[in-house]
Amino acid sequence: MRKVFARPKSMKDMPMHYCPGCTHGIIHRLIAEAIDELNVFEQTIVVAPVGCSVFCCDYFDCDAYGASHGRAPAVATGVKRVLPDKIVFTYQGDGDLAAIGTSEIVHAAARGEKITVIFVNNAIYAMTGGQMAPTTLLGQVTTTTPKGREKELNGSPIKMSEMLSVLDGSAYIARVSVHNPAGIFKAKKAIKTAFETQISGKGFSMVEVLSTCPTNWGMTPLKALKWLEENMIPYYPLGEFKTPTEVV
Amino acid sequence: MPRVVFREERCKGCELCKEFCPKGIIEMSGIINIMGFHPATVIRMEECTGCAICARMCPDLVIEVEREDKAIG
Amino acid sequence: MAKILMKGNEAIGEGAIRAGCKYFFGYPITPQSELPHYLAKRLPEVGGVYLQAESEIGSINMVYGAAGAGARVMTSSSGPGISLMQEGISYLAGAELPCVIVNIVRGGPGLGNIAPAQSDYWQATRGGGHGDYQLIVLAPDSVQEIIDLINKAFDLADNYRIPVMLLGDGVLGQMMEPVIIEDQYETKAPKEKKWASTGRMGRGSKNLVTSLHIVPEDLEKHNIKLAAKHEEISRSEQIWEEYNTKDARLILVAYGTTARVCKAVVDMFREEGMPVGLLRPVTLWPFPSQILNSLADQADNFLAVEMSMGQMIDDVRLAVNGKKPIHFYGRSGGMLPVARDIYQEAQKLLMEE
Repeated sequence: MRKVFARPKSMKDMPMHYCPGCTHGIIHRLIAEAIDELNVFEQTIVVAPVGCSVFCCDYFDCDAYGASHGRAPAVATGVKRVLPDKIVFTYQGDGDLAAIGTSEIVHAAARGEKITVIFVNNAIYAMTGGQMAPTTLLGQVTTTTPKGREKELNGSPIKMSEMLSVLDGSAYIARVSVHNPAGIFKAKKAIKTAFETQISGKGFSMVEVLSTCPTNWGMTPLKALKWLEENMIPYYPLGEFKTPTEVV
Repeated sequence: MPRVVFREERCKGCELCKEFCPKGIIEMSGIINIMGFHPATVIRMEECTGCAICARMCPDLVIEVEREDKAIG
Repeated sequence: MAKILMKGNEAIGEGAIRAGCKYFFGYPITPQSELPHYLAKRLPEVGGVYLQAESEIGSINMVYGAAGAGARVMTSSSGPGISLMQEGISYLAGAELPCVIVNIVRGGPGLGNIAPAQSDYWQATRGGGHGDYQLIVLAPDSVQEIIDLINKAFDLADNYRIPVMLLGDGVLGQMMEPVIIEDQYETKAPKEKKWASTGRMGRGSKNLVTSLHIVPEDLEKHNIKLAAKHEEISRSEQIWEEYNTKDARLILVAYGTTARVCKAVVDMFREEGMPVGLLRPVTLWPFPSQILNSLADQADNFLAVEMSMGQMIDDVRLAVNGKKPIHFYGRSGGMLPVARDIYQEAQKLLMEE
């Protein structure tokens, strides 16, 4: 008998603080698996955000930084410019990346900063108590949109992958989902490609991962997966928006 | 014969593994673990094919899979 | 080591390079532009990186990353940009990252104007952002001193793992003076940074650069550690210049550009045989309180002179601690105090005797 599935080496053996059924844990694992498979653990550096995943730098066993809210791409830029041979990735939520951190993410992508961004989009601010995020869907009820997000008042949700893929500096941009095993398989592939894009020095890479927040959505974990599939995927289509071959 | 090992003390009872098990051999246990959840458990291990879908769906790295054949991709 | 002519802003840049700084992240703002212009040209020549950020928020966070990776790194800005950096500076202080931040102060509040000012004193010397922390704040008054202090700034930053701010203004930045500059500054700080987060590379354990301490007991412990560091800096790193203070009955207190004007005022009084001197703080934090307190035993009066509505005077009051009266003369909004006006203000105090 041999282990065919076990904790990836890049992840620390400790319980995670996430709520039951929260898909952050799955995404963490996929990143760690990619790092292991590419054999870059010793040279990988993670920049953690502010939000639920503020503690992700505890779970990844590699060297790490804690950034302020939204600024992880700027911190990663500073690190990568000093250590161009190392693998630097940020892990950011939707409030962090698509609201307060829009300036940093857009310009990191525009500069073609050779970093990898894992962007976890669960359409809500989770840590702070379920407020409307820039990616909250129209009609979605949150603690700050008690009647559902209204276009007239709040505008429409931002599609970050589409936005960033039009920039010359971005080399690999994909949107994936972890709502079922097939989605997880594709998510893993995209995350690995993103790291490979960085390793080969082709430019900025980002994987947007559609994720659930059962607690703040007010659903069971299973219902949340279904809700993601039925509501998020139609608005946030999955797929690769930019691949390194398109980079001039 | 393949085998899945659940670290029940780490399980938060989210039921994602149970939902996606193609053989339907995962159930939530009647016991309550140290975190206060009913942990997932395999009720008919002999039917397990070692496909590792449960482990892939688990957000908390509760599950390890052992098999005699080659590693799965 | 011949004497060469240099502008203040360029001296900051060249001084930094010779102190081993290879990374600069910044965003354009007047009146500090010559510094980034200079470094944009010079840093690539020495194998360094000059990177223009998308904002001051971006640049200070790039500084955070570069400092965490163990590099000597600098940024510069002016009032409004420094205000934008405050969040990042608090994180740098919390994570105990060494770096040098240059503030070529301009008139405020708000957009104010681009003329020289000293009205960022409070912001600089009280931490500036949120939380319990201090920066070391250096205030040169000549181009030579800029060179000397920028070297020292990097050493202080590395020795204490603390952000250091160099406070100047448009006058100092534009001023051209002959300077002596060493080819390579000999650092007195430890070169190896074992705490830096650079990828484990076989280290065996991870390094984490963060200001997060979620457990209250841990954060209190951390803050006590920071306070002890501040205490040590306070004890060991006060720098000042005494100018004709020996028998002075009236002591002017001024720093930077204002101190240059005050030296001229002191000279005017001394020519008349009047016992007037100047105490010039070179470190604004730690403020040279000890010397000021002992001078309070000899002087009758102090006159704080600033290009603000009165900020440094707070520290003069704290240092003199009620021993002697403290007076104020200041110009604001980008107006420079003129020697004649300071002279008249001082004369009033001397007449009161």
